[in-house]
Amino acid sequence: MTVTAETAHPAPPVVRFATSPDRYRHWKLEVDGAVATVTLCVDEHGGLVPGYELKMNSYDLGVDIELYDLVQRLRFEHPEVKAVVMTGGLDRMFCAGANIRMLAQSTHAWKVNFCKFTNETRNGIEDATEHSGQTWIAALNGTAAGGGYELALACDQIVLIDDGSSAVSLPEVPLLGVLPGTGGLTRVVDKRHVRKDRADLFATKSEGYRGRTAVEWGLVDAAVPRNALNGEVARRAQEAAATSKRPSDATGVSLTPLERKDDGDAITYPYVSARIDRANHRVEITVSGPHDAPPAEPAAQGCDYWPLAVTRALDDLILHLRTNELDLGIWVLRAAGDPERVLAYDAQLRTVDDWFVNEVRHYYKRTLKRLDVTSRSLIAVMEPGTAFAGLLAELALAADRQYMLAGVYEDRDDDAEPATVVLTPSNDGDYPMGNGLSRLESRFWGHDEDLTAVRARLGEPLDAAAAQELGLVTMALDDIDFEEELRIVLEERASLSPDALTGMEANHRFVGPETLETKIFGRLTAWQNWIFIRPNASGPDGALRRYGTGRKGDYDLGRV
Amino acid sequence: MTTDSRTGAAPAPSGPLNRVDYSERIPNNVDLASDRRLQRALESWQPKFLDWWKQLGPALPTKDVYLRTAVAVGRDGWAHFEHVPMEEYRWGIFLAERDPDRTVNFGKHKGELAWQEVPGEHRADLMRLIVVQGDTEPASVEQQRVLGNTAPSIYDLRNLFQVNVEEGRHLWAMVYLLHAYFGREGREEAEQLLKRNSGDLDAPRILGAFNEATTDWLQFFMFTYFTDRDGKYQLGTLKESAFDPLARTCEFMLKEEAHHMFVGTTGVQRILERTAELMKEHGTAEILPHGGIPLDVIQKYLNFQFSVSMDLFGSEQSTNAGNYFTSGLKGRWMETRRKDDHVLLDATREVRYIEDGRIATKTVPMLSALNLDLRDEYVADCSNGVRRWNQALEDAGLEERLYLPHEGFNRKVGVYAGHHVTPQGDVVDEAAWQARAAEWLPTPEDREQVAALMVPEYEYGKFAGWIAPPKTGINDQPVEFDYVHLADEGLV
Repeated sequence: MTVTAETAHPAPPVVRFATSPDRYRHWKLEVDGAVATVTLCVDEHGGLVPGYELKMNSYDLGVDIELYDLVQRLRFEHPEVKAVVMTGGLDRMFCAGANIRMLAQSTHAWKVNFCKFTNETRNGIEDATEHSGQTWIAALNGTAAGGGYELALACDQIVLIDDGSSAVSLPEVPLLGVLPGTGGLTRVVDKRHVRKDRADLFATKSEGYRGRTAVEWGLVDAAVPRNALNGEVARRAQEAAATSKRPSDATGVSLTPLERKDDGDAITYPYVSARIDRANHRVEITVSGPHDAPPAEPAAQGCDYWPLAVTRALDDLILHLRTNELDLGIWVLRAAGDPERVLAYDAQLRTVDDWFVNEVRHYYKRTLKRLDVTSRSLIAVMEPGTAFAGLLAELALAADRQYMLAGVYEDRDDDAEPATVVLTPSNDGDYPMGNGLSRLESRFWGHDEDLTAVRARLGEPLDAAAAQELGLVTMALDDIDFEEELRIVLEERASLSPDALTGMEANHRFVGPETLETKIFGRLTAWQNWIFIRPNASGPDGALRRYGTGRKGDYDLGRV
Repeated sequence: MTTDSRTGAAPAPSGPLNRVDYSERIPNNVDLASDRRLQRALESWQPKFLDWWKQLGPALPTKDVYLRTAVAVGRDGWAHFEHVPMEEYRWGIFLAERDPDRTVNFGKHKGELAWQEVPGEHRADLMRLIVVQGDTEPASVEQQRVLGNTAPSIYDLRNLFQVNVEEGRHLWAMVYLLHAYFGREGREEAEQLLKRNSGDLDAPRILGAFNEATTDWLQFFMFTYFTDRDGKYQLGTLKESAFDPLARTCEFMLKEEAHHMFVGTTGVQRILERTAELMKEHGTAEILPHGGIPLDVIQKYLNFQFSVSMDLFGSEQSTNAGNYFTSGLKGRWMETRRKDDHVLLDATREVRYIEDGRIATKTVPMLSALNLDLRDEYVADCSNGVRRWNQALEDAGLEERLYLPHEGFNRKVGVYAGHHVTPQGDVVDEAAWQARAAEWLPTPEDREQVAALMVPEYEYGKFAGWIAPPKTGINDQPVEFDYVHLADEGLV
């Protein structure tokens, strides 16, 4: 069979990211006290799109959507789970990675979105280990190849069955002419500290390495015989659980189905709405502040706890727009409501020491990070009634530009209160970006005195003049100019090359230090996306397109 | 009030908004009285404009001048004459009447309705075009500010001032567009138009020809003939713009530009008439001792002004010009009368260039050569004028003729820049150029000699000896009409 990429692919379906354990086709979740076991057992016929079979525990976006849901539920619904064992449900096969036929038949945009989402999910697994006291351990019951090994790399520890044949491998370069792009190359050297030359050997040897070598090089933490695998994994899980600060006696918060109304051009959640303007290639996103003061017992409100409800809606909306609305290149962000109420929640998230509040804060942090790596122009707009305060102000800071109305719309709303922005200590470190800096630190990178000036005004409502003075907004204009300027800015943006904008925005957003995350979303992803469109991968004779035909890729040997 | 570290504080609103009776003080047909944005912008800009006019406008003190003021766009509204103190001249804002069905006539938007707002995609380019056009308008006022001191007649003085106030109004027209359609950036650019000054080394005008000193009246007439004519052609391309307010503004400006052409054409012609008269009378071309401007000096002035004006058209091949056309920002001269597809994707044309010391030709895409297309139209128009002037020489029974120099002569911009081309079109080396440049371009000595002839003649109906009187006066008034009342200090 000839694999045809980019030519005869079926129209991509509209992807929904909401799922729940009762609908899983590919994963099993078992909870036994403090230890949960998640087992990958992919339904070969459960692909999201027709045209490929998910053989040998290979995955597609549908498999990963379930994994994401599972990671989230473990954090919110299972406070008692302190260690998570990830293993494979097939005999002698942990996971063969992303399905190659799926990749070969997908559009470039689909591949890119797929990789971004899987990367975010793996980062989320690391986040659970680091910030949630939920340590993930990979129990490799068989071979972990490519994306399969990358899944294991996201775990804190990797235990490989030592049966003389099971291996870990990254065969993308030798077999497919692409990269292990879900963090593989980065984590091997940066997280597992595998020596550069060994990493090079590893990533060019399609069958990978087994047992003792894998341990010696640091590719895995342990290699144990079949009969000792469960014991070794259990021991490590118990040990990790013992150091966790998660409560054993708390009741989980059930992630009930999102309330979501979608009539095509208007998507509405309880606190988030999106109005789509297709002709102008943009979507107006409004996040609404809370209706009430924060509750004494946040966990008791469960999913209705305002910050969680906002975060879930935003998360779903970002994923939906990113995956299903490629032509909406500009996201206009607004916050509406009473800033005082937002600030009350902001203080609660910052000060209350509670597992649930901690989870909400980190979930919001992860969602903001999603925004940071979203390939859309983000424009924040602040008008009277704005609620960009504390945690919501992060949305404005995440935007590429900020436009603030100075004063009010005199002709139609003369009595309104002019917009203000309020920053709080939350904006100074509670929601770091992938580069490890707060968005304020990133904004004022290399301008410590400006950062100091902003820090001196935390908690203070800043009007347009003050916000402009402090460098918190791109432009503050009065009502005579504001709307016309905004119209022109948005039209101008819509006329520029989407590719160039994506690259430009990604470069501007991430100043300062490199981290594992910035390398994955910058270096690794950018190279991968370049390689994806090169003839050596996706051309008619490219390795990706020829995979499975019995012929290897014919390469243009010129180095670029 | 907003601040910005780059630009400093935005202008603070001062006083109540409706201080000025806009329709009376500033004649307009843009509903200024009910446009807050324009009012706010002009509140800040107008005093700065008046300051600029006082400092860099005409230097000769006058009581009043018989000026034409545009008070409406109707058939006679734009030609309203009266004696008016120049500082009270009512600079108005006029756009040609709007045609609601007007469509774009060229480029990729051909056939679509013309734009009533600035499309975001083209803001930067449109603003640039308007700023460059706007920059030339006050520049010439600055260049000509001391000419009043040496006016050959009250009639000519009045024409100079008319040109000056109209250049001022053209600045207003461009500033109106910046204020009405380009937000804060537009206001900042409008202020910059007053801050750059002709010949100012620190903040010169954008285009080279507008930083050349206007030394005398011969150069003034050459300027109004050749350089203002460039302006006419630029306006002609902007008149075609898909951005309707720009198109309508330029259409109205073209009516006034016609007067400047008239001043230049008749000014040179009257000099020639006098020169021919003196040549005949004295039987020699050396008429300087007899108070006339020799024909070869006139030719040198012509050579100079023509060549620097040619530079204003930019490079023969220009990506910007092609993009402006395709995007609908700027059309060709008489776009609608052209018999082609108005899209030009497949069209080509010949351009000349210099290769191995010779002028050669090559074929290039038409879209890349639109500056040259416009320049060719301009050159053809200039040739007509020269032919008319030569008629004056012929009528006087003289053999001598004026001519336009070769397009490559004395060029600093485009394919001829860096080469030396004689007025006859021969490519020569540096030494040959230096040896003969004084034959082709005015020398400091020439300019001094011409300047020496420039003694003011302020008596009504009298004319300096180097220029013939006109056949008729302005607006059916007699030639000896009191077009200008000088202030007492002006008469000293």
